[in-house]
Amino acid sequence: MNALEYPGHDLIIAETAPGTKVLDLGCGDGKLLDRLREQKQVTPYGVEITEAGVWKCVEKGLYCYQGDIDEGLSDYKENSFDYVILNQTLQITKRPAYVIREMMRISRNAIVSFPNFGYFKTRLQLMIKGRMPVNILLPFEWYETPNIHHLTIRDFRDFCEKNGYPVKKERHFSITYRGETRISSFHPNMFAQYGFFILNGEGFAE
Amino acid sequence: MEKTPGVINERSVGLVNTRHLIFEKFTFRSGRTLSPVTLAYETYGTLNRRKNNAILIAHALSGSAHAAGYHSPHDAHPGWWDIYIGPGKPFDTGQYFIICANVIGGCSGSTGPSSINPETGKPFGLDFPMVTIQDMVNAQMHLLSHLGIEKLLSIAGGSMGGMQAIKWAIVYPEMVNSVIAIATSASLSAQGIALNEVGRQAIMNDPNWNHGDYYDSKGPDAGLSLARMIGHITYLSDRHMHEKFGRRFQKEDLPLSTFKNEFMVESYLHHQGNKFVDRFDANSYLYITKAIDYFDLKKDYGSMHEAFANVTANFLVISFTSDWLYPSFQSKEIVQALRANGKNVMYTDIETDMGHDTFLLDYEPLKKNISNFLKREFERISKE
Repeated sequence: MNALEYPGHDLIIAETAPGTKVLDLGCGDGKLLDRLREQKQVTPYGVEITEAGVWKCVEKGLYCYQGDIDEGLSDYKENSFDYVILNQTLQITKRPAYVIREMMRISRNAIVSFPNFGYFKTRLQLMIKGRMPVNILLPFEWYETPNIHHLTIRDFRDFCEKNGYPVKKERHFSITYRGETRISSFHPNMFAQYGFFILNGEGFAE
Repeated sequence: MEKTPGVINERSVGLVNTRHLIFEKFTFRSGRTLSPVTLAYETYGTLNRRKNNAILIAHALSGSAHAAGYHSPHDAHPGWWDIYIGPGKPFDTGQYFIICANVIGGCSGSTGPSSINPETGKPFGLDFPMVTIQDMVNAQMHLLSHLGIEKLLSIAGGSMGGMQAIKWAIVYPEMVNSVIAIATSASLSAQGIALNEVGRQAIMNDPNWNHGDYYDSKGPDAGLSLARMIGHITYLSDRHMHEKFGRRFQKEDLPLSTFKNEFMVESYLHHQGNKFVDRFDANSYLYITKAIDYFDLKKDYGSMHEAFANVTANFLVISFTSDWLYPSFQSKEIVQALRANGKNVMYTDIETDMGHDTFLLDYEPLKKNISNFLKREFERISKE
């Protein structure tokens, strides 16, 4: 398993309780859901915008909906899922605040992971070169990036506080040269490549 | 004219026969009972010992029980879904037992308005009871009992066939493991009803229609042909028509000073219309289009959510981006109702220019998804 290609997967799997019900928003080819089903016997569901991704999910026998991730979240009842996952997708969603609010409503645990724009190499690229950062976390030129809502770990913490979303756990991480996932607890906003939050959605059933 | 026979190869189910099941009586949703009632059907492949590999195919407006293979070695064309049914095809007859029946009210072997009314000795015509999608499903249910099938691996259909498939899962949840609903809807749009009505009016305004009593004389061919032409416009997208025909003429060198110079698209529609009157009954067209128009899950169950509350089947729902007769949002409505009820559903909105009729064409993404879905569902059931 290449952690670089699928950042966050190992951590999410480690954090997921067995036999639970999981919804992955932006599930791509269903790799994560497939592993969760295999290793944690979860009941997996997915949402994915691309045809190619959804068809891969059909191939894997994963129940997946082709559409925008914010489309149809309102269909679900309160606490329908044990976990709703938004992995490396927050920065490309059109309405991040709405998506997180809906995640809080429909799940007991909202898992959110995203590339940390506060990572020191990203900061340095902007500060020293004076150019939009292009690196392993953000591998796109400004004119072709799908990322429309960049954020840092600190930004997300503030966002949760402001909205009253209880943070259950923070497991910010980086991918090592050897392709392994390593937790960065020392000044994560500066040294973690990815932010990783688990929010408690239990009390958010409206 | 000499016909070129179709190709019977290792991917074809080969020569097949339509069989007929006669049941003593059948009560329609309207309350009327007919007896006896005939249902024309075909089967392909073999029912396994556990009887868990049966798939029912539900046809659309103009379909028949003849879904695959050939009736004779001289047939120019195979059954209507032959591209999808056969050894190694998505509905793999090497693995599954496939059943397709002509709908009740139809005109290809099942009892319908052109059948003889035993009470009068004459064809029913407009005396035939109104037909609903539920009636079609109930008739198929009789067939399954006859075949000794208690639970279907899947029920699949496009357009009106999709309506039947969904209705099956709602009415007989314990009998359906999975549903493949393609280019369909929980209720036809006002635009769809309008177009169906224009077709019906074309038939009814043909003097030969004679209030449905035309079986002893020349039928309303002009009206039926016109109805079919309208139908064919709705099955294609603007773009597909443009690509298929453009503004090309059938014969390029004719002067434009007469009405006789035909555009290719005109010629195509005439051909479709003329071909249709040879195989379809005008009264059946009226009854079946009305069944489609009256189909309304929201109305029947109070809400979409309620409609799907007791469903147990897993769903594969497929729509086509250029389908304006059964637009994608109508498929999404079905999917959303299923999701809200916590049901298992896969949904893909396939990008294509080919419009509503895509499900009848040789289209790889459709083949692949059906095939993969069935494979997974069959695996799941085999483990049970």
